[in-house]
Amino acid sequence: MTTSALKTAGVPDTPGSPDPAAPAPPSRLRRELRAVHALVHRDLLRLSTQRTHTALMLIQPVLYLFILGGGLAALIPNSTLGVGYQTYLFPGVLMMTVQTPAIMVGIRLITDRQSGYLRELLMAPVRRSTLLLGSCAGGTTVAAVQGAVLLALAGAVGLPYDPLLLALLLAGMVLASFTITALSLALAVTLGRPEVFHMLLGLVMMPLLFLSGGFFPLESLPGWARSLAALNPLAYGVDLLRRGITLRVPDQAAVAGLEWFGRQPPLLLEAAALLATGTAALLWAAHRFNRPE
Amino acid sequence: MQPRAGDDAPTQATLPTAARTGPHAAESAPEPAYAISTRGLVKSYPGPDGTTTHAVRGLDLDVGQGETFAFLGPNGAGKSTTIALLCALARPTAGRATVAGADVLGEPDQVRRQVGMLFQHSALDTDLTAEQNLHIHARLYGMSRRDARRRATETLEAVGLTDRRRSPVRTLSGGMRRRLELARGLLHAPRILFLDEPTTGLDPHARAQVWEHLRALRDRQGTTLFVTTHYLEEAENCDRLAIIDGGRLVAQGTPFALKDAIGDDRVVLRTSDDPSAHQVVRRTAPPGTVTALDTEGISLRVPNGSSWIPRLCAALEAHGIPVRSASATPPTLDDVFFHHTGRSIHTARPAPTPTTTQPTATTATTEGGP
Repeated sequence: MTTSALKTAGVPDTPGSPDPAAPAPPSRLRRELRAVHALVHRDLLRLSTQRTHTALMLIQPVLYLFILGGGLAALIPNSTLGVGYQTYLFPGVLMMTVQTPAIMVGIRLITDRQSGYLRELLMAPVRRSTLLLGSCAGGTTVAAVQGAVLLALAGAVGLPYDPLLLALLLAGMVLASFTITALSLALAVTLGRPEVFHMLLGLVMMPLLFLSGGFFPLESLPGWARSLAALNPLAYGVDLLRRGITLRVPDQAAVAGLEWFGRQPPLLLEAAALLATGTAALLWAAHRFNRPE
Repeated sequence: MQPRAGDDAPTQATLPTAARTGPHAAESAPEPAYAISTRGLVKSYPGPDGTTTHAVRGLDLDVGQGETFAFLGPNGAGKSTTIALLCALARPTAGRATVAGADVLGEPDQVRRQVGMLFQHSALDTDLTAEQNLHIHARLYGMSRRDARRRATETLEAVGLTDRRRSPVRTLSGGMRRRLELARGLLHAPRILFLDEPTTGLDPHARAQVWEHLRALRDRQGTTLFVTTHYLEEAENCDRLAIIDGGRLVAQGTPFALKDAIGDDRVVLRTSDDPSAHQVVRRTAPPGTVTALDTEGISLRVPNGSSWIPRLCAALEAHGIPVRSASATPPTLDDVFFHHTGRSIHTARPAPTPTTTQPTATTATTEGGP
């Protein structure tokens, strides 16, 4: 943080004023943006201070990729998937990586409420929806950072370190992280109690992962399961990443994933669906969160 | 407890005249006379089975600029709810409140910018360092990075935590955390600082330290302090205090005025034969005096308690009852609290069960034994 002072040095922002609420306070929008930034900053600080925790969160998907992926690669012939199993698994593993920190945001909102930290946040002279937006931005950023770390393994699964490919994958992860974070927040403000939240997570997490198409092709599933998958945000995330790979490395194109009425939806429409779901969830969460006591 | 003339005098005297009760009187004034002013403030929560819980029932409160104001009451009296209302964290069910010249309902952001808050339960991010906690908070309040860093340094120094600024909060002691929270509450230089039980759970040394910082703050910056507490000695040191019980304000005034309203000193006598002495004391004391007999001895409330001791001793000696000890103590805030609520703040129980007014023969005999 020591270098960041330079960035704002030129901003006319009543420097040296002992009272931030002095006659010319920063504009409303700037204050709200600063609050959002404060929450993102908090999440990034936590990420950097809790190194062990972060490392452990990253180890799990790596284990999946190399142990599960390595073991099954020998059993599954490339012809069924179009690519080697580890390459096939990679988008699913990336989604696993971003999903954990994204979901943590909802859990943290609940623990913050219980610890009293949320009250402290609510004291800030900003809109409540700003605080929620800040939490969402923070969760998305942390998830994307962790996902970006895992992109380093692209070479190990036979993908080239093509900047555009990496950018596409990162963009897909940011979008998916946003939607999962927003859904997690919507759930957190609706449920309120951590036990219920954890129970619900335990109940839906495995089906969501298995219906994401990250571990095996959705087309091998029965029709009803495929319909469920079409409602699964993780499936959209995985599909976006996989199609990103197909776009840049056609020889690593895996079999098709999501289908709407038997046809593969356009890539941008898929992304738009994910974005719309996340936005709707965030709006709903903000609506619930805005209700004062 | 007998009703006395002047009982309510200090309570009434501190209430303002109707001049300021107009709906926009406070907003239009550039420097409002009161830092905090409430009229008929009510907060009710829907309880179980369709019932309604009244946490605060019609509060009329006035806190002057720069005043250190204590809000005294037992647990569950409505102190924290009142603070939440005054900080615009909760919406009042009825009534209105003006804090730092802004209406809590109409301009909650304006209120929050002017007030700082120290919550009853520590609310710090324990994984971050002291400095990081302050920085995040300052940014939440819309400060630039430069201001945030400067204020963090200043406030850390003010609470004497400069050398621990890079320590993760989880490694700080309870007293240090409290001081860090104080620093956080001061970051945006609030005109009013709310402190909800600021010293609960701290050892005497840490408590003294927190108060030292609070006093320095008041003296240097003229910050209005609104402190809830159930420590009488803390309330004693405040400029004014209000006693709240069951969501209602039962008394309001300076510690001196409130104690003075009780007026009478408490005289305690211990003799070799307390029950007999009790009879003598009852005859000697002015008519209408409340006397009580318990394990502590004989106690009574009289004006100018010390001047009564020789007279009571003489009367007892005349009856052949030697006096072992005698003391006269002016009224304490606990007496004030007892006077208004019918119970001691230390033994605050759901049902009023006064102890000193119901002497029992058994305690008297065991005490009066050889």
